Order: sequence, then structure tokens, then C-alpha cells
Amino acid sequence: MRLAPQARERIDRSHRVTFLWAGKPVEGYAGDTLGSALFASGRRVFSRSFKYHRPRGLLCCSGHCPNCMCAVDGRPNVRVCVEPIREGARVEPQNFVGSVDRDLMSVTDKVGGPFTPVGFYYRTMIRPRKAWPYYERFLRRVAGLGKLDEHHERSTRFDTEHRHTDVLVVGGGRSGIEAARAAAGQGRRVTLVDETDRLVGRELDGVTVHAPARALGIWEGGLVPVDAGTILYRYRAERIVVAAGAIEQPLLFPGNDLVGVMLPIGVRRLIRDWALKPGERAVVIAADKRSYDVADELRRAGVEVAEAVDLRSSSVREIVGKGDGGRIEAVSLNGRDVECDLLVVSAGRQPSYSLLAQAGARVEYDPSRGIFVPVDLPENVEAVGAVTGEVGSAAVPAATYNGAAGKGKCFVCVCEDVTDKDVKRAIGEGFDSLELAKRYTTITMGPCQGKLCQLPSVRLYARETETDEGSIGTTTARPPWSPVTMGLLAGRPHEPAKRTSMHHRHKDLGATIMWTGDWRRPHSYGDPQAEAKAVHESLGVIDVSTLGKLLVTGPDAASFLERLYPNRFGDMKPGRIRYGVLETDAGRVMDDGTIARLDDETFYVTTTSTGAGAVLRWFGWWNAVWGMDVEITDITGALAAINVAGPNARALMERLTDLDVSNEGIKYLDAVEGHVAGVPSLILRIGFVGELGYEIHFPSPFGEYLLDTVLEEGAEWAIKPFGLEPQRILRLEKMHILVGQDTDSESNVIDANMPWIVKWDKDDFVGKWSLEHFQERGPREKLVGFEMANGTVPPEGSQLVAPDGTPGGRVTSSRWSPELGRAIGMAWVPPVLAAEDAQIRIKVNGSVEEARVRLKPFYDPEGGKLRS
Amino acid sequence: MSFLLPCPNCGPRDVNEFAYQGEVTVRPKPNGEDSPAFGDLTAYLYFRNNVAGVQREWWFHRDGCELWFQAERDTRTNEVLGAEVPPPSGTGAPGPEAPAIPQSGEGPSY
Repeated sequence: MRLAPQARERIDRSHRVTFLWAGKPVEGYAGDTLGSALFASGRRVFSRSFKYHRPRGLLCCSGHCPNCMCAVDGRPNVRVCVEPIREGARVEPQNFVGSVDRDLMSVTDKVGGPFTPVGFYYRTMIRPRKAWPYYERFLRRVAGLGKLDEHHERSTRFDTEHRHTDVLVVGGGRSGIEAARAAAGQGRRVTLVDETDRLVGRELDGVTVHAPARALGIWEGGLVPVDAGTILYRYRAERIVVAAGAIEQPLLFPGNDLVGVMLPIGVRRLIRDWALKPGERAVVIAADKRSYDVADELRRAGVEVAEAVDLRSSSVREIVGKGDGGRIEAVSLNGRDVECDLLVVSAGRQPSYSLLAQAGARVEYDPSRGIFVPVDLPENVEAVGAVTGEVGSAAVPAATYNGAAGKGKCFVCVCEDVTDKDVKRAIGEGFDSLELAKRYTTITMGPCQGKLCQLPSVRLYARETETDEGSIGTTTARPPWSPVTMGLLAGRPHEPAKRTSMHHRHKDLGATIMWTGDWRRPHSYGDPQAEAKAVHESLGVIDVSTLGKLLVTGPDAASFLERLYPNRFGDMKPGRIRYGVLETDAGRVMDDGTIARLDDETFYVTTTSTGAGAVLRWFGWWNAVWGMDVEITDITGALAAINVAGPNARALMERLTDLDVSNEGIKYLDAVEGHVAGVPSLILRIGFVGELGYEIHFPSPFGEYLLDTVLEEGAEWAIKPFGLEPQRILRLEKMHILVGQDTDSESNVIDANMPWIVKWDKDDFVGKWSLEHFQERGPREKLVGFEMANGTVPPEGSQLVAPDGTPGGRVTSSRWSPELGRAIGMAWVPPVLAAEDAQIRIKVNGSVEEARVRLKPFYDPEGGKLRS
Repeated sequence: MSFLLPCPNCGPRDVNEFAYQGEVTVRPKPNGEDSPAFGDLTAYLYFRNNVAGVQREWWFHRDGCELWFQAERDTRTNEVLGAEVPPPSGTGAPGPEAPAIPQSGEGPSY
């Protein structure tokens, strides 16, 4: 039943909208919220409370309190009082067993006893210790709010937008709009944010309006994130005007949470916005004129006002809300019962200072009106309207209206079901500061974030500890000021994945794909051992497009690289390649790769697949200091690369290119430019996998074409594409290190058995001094190879065990080598054990396995095959 | 952290666009001389002033123009007093620490 049309009602009576409440259709009008339509349909109980499962109904109708939280279309904890009505929306009540009208868990409210006071589970559920997981599961089920439907499809796309504005106004009431208009009139770019829907569809000249939207906080640097539902605007404003208004505060008395107890704002919205009659017979208790005047409004709406109490002049000391089944039926004033089905209460209005406090303002208590007001605003922040404390005069209400015979629960915090007794108990237990009591009782930590409980709890605290509110102060204001969906903070799901230009061909070939850094790469094409075997016996091809590729050019290119690497490059002839290991100035291994000299002033540098970005930054950083005449260009994505390897690699290359690919034409460690299958390429003769091999670098767009051609032409030699896993077997057989696998942030090239890389006679290079120190000090550990006595492959990371049983060393890599028919690996060992044939012991699954140290590559130790 | 950092190329930008690379350090000896004393070396490598106050530090405009520059920042308030590209010294060092290598995925790869 609706009232006669109201002057400024928001509903469109010609337009009906239907949605589902607990599966049953409910009808409302366009302009309703889900909550107002439910109220119109006769619903009064909207939810069950956090702990006691008490029935709760509309209280504020402003989206502040937790009383109307429901799941809407699978999204939990939606305040339906402000959620616009939508055709077909599915609204489900939450936090009950049975039904929201008859919640079986409300027995906790009746029984109470030791199981419900604040912190009870810390005290009662600690023994037996191993039972805690069961307690926890039980508590999580019965306490709390809505549940996220794990099977709910993520259908909402959340985005983040960065915006700049001259003036950002928070709050779209009268003062906010005035401030926005004034600033816009001065030609400033103005943005206004309002949490209600009152500005929807309204034009404000020269003002960008976000409504309904919530300013979540004011961060350092004037950052104001604005939650506009599915978009998070990150606003930067030169000037922030806070016009957040003031919030009516509840009174504390037994039964103050009964369904039918409302704040004046809630009653006003029901009548004005949605033409709803809030009750039949009302009692009004108010501490200020504005709230007191709601009595007139009720009368105009045809509600009988049984009594209106003005706390500024009244002598009421005791208020008790009475009702059966959780609904208000009468209120007792100083022991005199007045029947009613609506009890409108207000303890006056508290300025919403939270955003200002976050920005750095101080908050001061005004004892004459009993409210906290913001003072000492930071330079770029301004406050206008009620938030400054312009809320008129008001009576300072009593901390509670329990009276002498206070019976029934008096709620300080309706979000978390904290009663005045809980607060008193906390004080009794020694939680004598408000910040401590907050953490113990969880007051102000619920969904309302203190909007309705901060001031009442301070008042109660002041009375109980016999101090004044001013010296108790408030708890620290922290963002977010309004609840925000996690999805909005997370934004659009980003999982950056880099794929080579041959990626889809790998999938066609049956590759299993794995992550390495940001890259998606073939792990293998089904049989790693067979793939490794093909490389040894005939021919294989691997996509190595993921290698970092930098072009270093300029007159200083050679000396630039000489300063960065321990290697020498000045004496390199164009067309030759060197292996280089980058060190930090602390002498630690950072990355490795090959450096090819293309001409006097041009070097082609490759890095590891995962280290490309870091190396590029590293080069740029040092040159920011050195100012050398070089250009560093990252061409990682521009070029693809494949490595063809195996005894038949040369025969294949002869088919693909006119170049002289004989061992004299392209020697080991030669870099030659030419065409491969018609594609302009750079051919590097290097051999990470231990067989004769050619690494072909070429423009990315030719990726699939060249791979197809290589597979076609190589068919004669039964060529196999091979993935990362076979590559790891092959490189381990050669004891080629993997930076980050065999080395860590403590490793240096000398201990890693590559002292030949360091050219000590160079003037200086990054890491030289530290390497000198390591050289002088001698190794603490050495990186060696090992062969297992039996076929066990120890897991990577396994501990080595010294003869006395203490740990000494660790396995960094291990594989079964089908070629050798043995389990092999690499390990850091104490220097004394870094000798050919030394015996080491490795702990594997609780037992100790024996192995022999190997200092030379397991396969082709002299490198004859590489050079053949 | 949500302050604005003035990139010498791009102007004031959200600090999240940048990579912080630590306080500016002094490499103990220029090129061509003998190696520094061990104490001087370790002080340069591992000791930081960690001031509560104005500090000169390296920044990299990672999600922008990829410029390396130095800023003076009050570490107590995050107030940035200035930012500039220092003139190259020809020798010396930006710092001993390597930029962080992202450690994600299933491990390193060649």
C-alpha cells in the first residue's frame, strides 16, 4: 500500500518492475529500491544479525547500517535499501538457518550464556587444541554475513580509470552542490561524487557528476578512489571539498535493535521518496529539532504519533523497547508503556569527518553538543556544510537509557552485535583504551565502519571509565570509508602472457605448454626423452624466441660492454660470439647470454628469457652514470629464433641456405648474416644442448613459416621439435648452468667454476672488486656435477649430508639422462668435495643416496661434437 | 604510497608508474686506480644511510618513458623536493644492486 502521491516522490507509478525475493516474485515501481519495494510488499524483517541471529529491519534507509544486507544476483552483502530495483533481480536473504523469518540459529539469542560474549571463542574454544579447526568451521558458518557463491560465474567486468580534476567535491547535498557550482563558475574543472541516487539524471552545468558513487578515502598525494560500481576512478584533485554531511546517531537502550526502531532519515525516505507509510502508531524520541520534526511528517502521512519526546527538555531516564518475535510493540518511557509499531529515535547528528581525518585533519570534541568536529584541515582540503559541525543545537543524550532495571540487550554496534555489557566487560578486563577495546570487541569494525557506533561507544566509554569524551577521542579513521567489492579493487583480471610467433604451431604439434616468467613455452611435445634422443642421434628444433635480444650500437659499444661484463670484447672480430655472464657490483651472477659482434660498432646481445627486462634496465642505469656513446635497443619481440641441433643439423642447413655452412664456412662461435629459406636471418653457431647447432634469429612474422619449412625439410632426418624439458636434460648433460636454477643471489662465477670468463687485467668492470675478494678468499662452495650410484633422481633442492650427518650443500638440478643411462645433476658442495670422483651423500625422501662428483661435462666432455 | 613523482620527461605521475632503485651511493674509487679497501667496498655494497629526512635516490619510469633519474624526497612525508637527470659522471656507478628479476612462472629458462 502506498500513500497518496508525494510532492517529490521518486517512484514512477506507471512503470511496474518485478524481481524475486527468496524465489518468490515481488512487484515494485521504477524508482524504488529493492528495499523500498520489499517494504511496500509488507516485508519488515530483512536480515538476521551477525551473532545472535536477531531479526533486523530497515533502520537508516541510507546504505549505512547492515540491517538490509542481502545477496543480490549472487553478490553478497548488498544493502537493498539503496540498491535500485531491477527487473528479474534475484534477492536472497542471508545468515540464517531455515528461513529469515524463522531462523533456527536465533536460539543463540535465547540461550546466550558463555557462548556469546565478546571474545568468547578465544577463551572457551582453546582446548583441546586440535579441535580448533572444527570450532572454526562451525563459527564461520553461524557467524557473519553473506557467503560468496563459489560457483557463481564472474560476470561483472571491473575497471580502473585514472582521472584528474581541479576540484573534487565529495557529497551532493545542498552545500556540496553550491561549492561545485561556485568552482565551476570560476572556470575550474569540477567533479562531484554523491553516494545517493538523488543526482542521477540531473544536469549540473560544468560539473562532472558520479552518482551513486562512493569516495573511499583520501590518500597521500590527494588521491581519492571513487567506487562507481563497476569502475574505480582514481581521482587526483588540486583541491578536495568534503561536503559529506552528518549522520543521525542511534540511541542506546534495551531493545534498540527491534524491527520497527528507525532513524528519522529512514522514515523520511520511506515517506518522501517512495510514498510508504512507515507504521501505524509511532513514538518519536529526538535530541535535536530536525529529528523531532519528523513527528509532523509522520502525522501528515497518516501515522498516529502516540508520543514525541524531545530530549532537550525531557526528563526521560529509561527507555526500553518491548516486543515479541523481534518486532517493536511498545516502548517503556521511565516505566510507562506506550504501544507503538514504529519507534523513531535520534541522538543527534554526527559530522562525517572520516575523510577529513584521513586527509590529516584533527578531530575535536565539542562538549556543548556532544559531537566530534574536524579542525586544522590540510591545505588542499576544504569542508563545507554539516560536516564542519553546522548541525544546529542538540541535547547531549545519556550514554545509555538502561535505567535501573535495564533488561534485554542494548546494542552499541548492530553490525557485530556488540552490547553495552560487552563494552563494560572489555573495560573490566583492562581494555582501557578505545583503540584496544575496538580490536577486542570489534566495535566500529563492521560494515558501517563506525558511522552508527563510533559516537555512542565513545559516550559509553566515557561514562564507564569516568573520563570525558574529549580525552578518549576517536579511533583512527582509515579507508575505505564505504565497503567496496574486492573485484573492484582487483580490477580487470590481468595475467600477462607472452607467446612467441610460433605458439599456435606448437599447440598444433601437441605441445604441453608451461609458464616461464611471462612466457608460455612448450614443456615438451609428449615424450621428452625421445625428443632428447632425437637431438643426440639425428636432428631436433626448439623455439628460442623468448631469449632477450638487445642491440648495442655506437662508437663506445665495445668499451660499454667491457665495463659491464667481466669478459673482453674489444679484441673480438666482427662475426664472432662470446659467452658472457653479467655480475652485480657485489660480484653475484645476474644473467648470462651470448654477445655477437656484428661490426665494429654493433653488438647483438642475448639474455635469458626471464632476465631480458632486468638486463635492459641494468644497461640503461649504468649508462645514466657513464654517459657513453651507445644506443641500447630491445628487439626481443621483433625477432623470433629457433635452434636446430643434432648431427644432421648441417645437412639440413645446406638445404635451407646458400651460405657455406661447412665447418670452415661457419665455425663454432661464428655469427653470420644471410638468408635461411628466403628469410633474412642472423645465424649464431652455438650449442647449449651439446650437439652441432645453429641458432637462427629472424623477423618474428616468419615464425610459423620457418618452423614449418624446417620440419618439412628435416623430415628426411626424422627431425623432432623439442621442448624445454628435453632441453634441460641436454644442457645438464653438458653441465651448462641455468642462471636462477643453478645460481642464486649468492653465487659468483669463480665458485661456479667459470673463472676463465674473468679478465683480471681489465681496468675495471662491474663486480671486479668483489670478484677479486672472492678469488683471494677462496671458495666457500663449489658448483659441481654428480652422478648417482643407483638410478635415483634426487629432487632439485635436496640436501647433501656431510659424513657427520650435518647438512652440507644442495642439489640445484637433476635429471635422468637417457643418453647416459644414469641419473645426473649439479650441486653446490663444500670445496673439499669439489674433486673428481669425490663421494657425496644426498638425502632423498628420508634415506641417504650416494653419488660421485664429476667436474667435466657428462656428455662430450671435450666439446668435439660442438666444434665438428 | 600514492604520491606524485615528477618525471623529468613526463611531469608529475603516479608513483606506481615508477620503480624505486634505492638511495644514490658513491662507488669508492674511480676507474684506473687500485681496488678499494675491503671496508670501503663492503660499506658501498651493503651499508645505506636510511635517513629519516631528505634523501637523494634513483627512480626509473618503468611504465612510462623508461628514463633513469634522481629525486630528492623526504622519507618522512614523501614530499618530493626535486627530480633531475644527473649529468653523466663518466665513471662511478649507479649502485651495486641489480634491478629485480621477476620471479614468476615455473622457473628460469634459457
